[in-house]
Amino acid sequence: MRNKFSEVLSRLATKNKKIYIVVADISPAGKMETFQKKFKNRYFNVGVAEQGMVGLAAGLAIKGAIPFIYTIAPFVLYRPFEMVRDDLCYQNLPVTIVGMGSGTIYSSLGGTHMTQEDVSVCRSLPNLRVLCPSDPYELEECIKFCSKNKKGPIYLRIGKSGEKNLGDDLSDIWKYGKIRKIFQQKYKAKKKICILGYGPILKLALDIKSKFKLNFSLYSSHTIKPFDTSNMKKIFNKYDKIITLEDHSEIGGLASIVNELAFKYEFSGKIKNFSLKDKFINSYEKQSDLLDLHGISLKKLYKEIKNA
Amino acid sequence: MNLKRIDYKQLKNFSKHYRTKLLKISQNVPAIHVGGSFSCFDILNIIFNVFYRRNKTNFLLSKGHTAIAQYIVLNHKKIIKDKELDLYCKKSGKLGVHPEITTKGILASTGSLGHGLSIAGGISLRENNKLTFVVMSDGELMEGSVWEAVLMISSLKINNIVVIVDYNGLQSSTFSNDTHKTLYPIDKKFKAFGWDSIECDGHNLKNIFTSIKKKKKNRPLAIIAKTIKGYPVTFMMNKPIWHYRSPNENELKIAVKEINEK
Repeated sequence: MRNKFSEVLSRLATKNKKIYIVVADISPAGKMETFQKKFKNRYFNVGVAEQGMVGLAAGLAIKGAIPFIYTIAPFVLYRPFEMVRDDLCYQNLPVTIVGMGSGTIYSSLGGTHMTQEDVSVCRSLPNLRVLCPSDPYELEECIKFCSKNKKGPIYLRIGKSGEKNLGDDLSDIWKYGKIRKIFQQKYKAKKKICILGYGPILKLALDIKSKFKLNFSLYSSHTIKPFDTSNMKKIFNKYDKIITLEDHSEIGGLASIVNELAFKYEFSGKIKNFSLKDKFINSYEKQSDLLDLHGISLKKLYKEIKNA
Repeated sequence: MNLKRIDYKQLKNFSKHYRTKLLKISQNVPAIHVGGSFSCFDILNIIFNVFYRRNKTNFLLSKGHTAIAQYIVLNHKKIIKDKELDLYCKKSGKLGVHPEITTKGILASTGSLGHGLSIAGGISLRENNKLTFVVMSDGELMEGSVWEAVLMISSLKINNIVVIVDYNGLQSSTFSNDTHKTLYPIDKKFKAFGWDSIECDGHNLKNIFTSIKKKKKNRPLAIIAKTIKGYPVTFMMNKPIWHYRSPNENELKIAVKEINEK
């Protein structure tokens, strides 16, 4: 996703002279060289100084720019948290906060490099919208949206590398604020089941489909705030079982949203939440090992659909 | 600006007017910062009455708790209306203790210390044809984010910034020297971080003016303006309690008299 981010932003910045990017010592792996070379006056590396990064972007936005701030997710959000709250949210400035390698993606680096609670934190900040693209296609659409945004900050929660597009020609197109159908359960199913989730973790759902040929629908809830309540109501009406899937804490993320809405709209079916536990857990080899310790795996997801 | 053309006598009267006005406002509001406003009024006086031109300068008050001082000066400059100022900290008013970005003449919502300088960096990058003034407090310099900003501004060669530190030597609770002896000398720290830095008397209007005139094009400038919290009221000066306290009726009379006799 970081390659996509760099490529799309560089392309958009050619036409849109208001686009700036402020990075805090993002490594060469962050792939920002193209932007840096093409737009010397609109690229700033503030070094290892995230509070400065947010403030600088706020100042640029006050004077009409459309800045993106970009580094690894915990450092773009947690380290300069008060700057995000006061400088961006309170002043309602059009700055896009790009958190790269979100959730448990950097599992090998340990808990200091993970953001298992970022969506929860961001959802509670007034004025801040939360976009969590599930694949490179959605990311591209998000960047286009953010680069036209003139009012209010956006938290853009992205993956790292190697993600592939989830959808095909039959999938919905990305629309801001709308749940996107990736694929549809075949018509003649005994039980109507869907997986609803966001972020690169949705690849698990795709793997289940291709490996085990199970019959279910998949939806991407890429816009977490504002949440698409009207389509959620339709999903409640349509399905017997809803499985939520997210690389994020069980507190304050998609699980919380769906469970609250299910109560509000008196959903009579079943809900199963696959979220991270409210615990700091480490496992350093593969992200899938860590997710397993949190109770998220291909096997567990398979069982949940199979035995629905 | 031609030095000979500045009417310092008139400017001095402006300072008296600002301080008197603040004390009058203080009489029927729930919250106001008298001490820190009095220490920076002369600095604001010079910036707004001598240097400030809307298409040539930006101004940001990083020590947001003394926004009332900026409101009073902006009111004098007819940017904030009388009836708006009259409603300071009133139910139907829009002006509170800290500055809000939504207020005319205010660039940023400051209040939490250590935010303003980075924001000013961004403003100065985007408007590099203008000179950006930032007023900070010396207590604010205890915030680590300030030094991120100081380092960032010189490293990115953002040279169109003048910081004026209202060096009154007091934080909210006590003398800054009590908690942070090594904060001083301040000018050497700015210099070590690639800025020009000079000290001046923050209650001497001419001295403030000449210090700002020393700004070179190729470097950001930090002026460490030695001030006195509560100046020039004898019973307020250097007394931590006057950070946030308002005078009673009798104190008001004495204070107004002292301000206008000075």
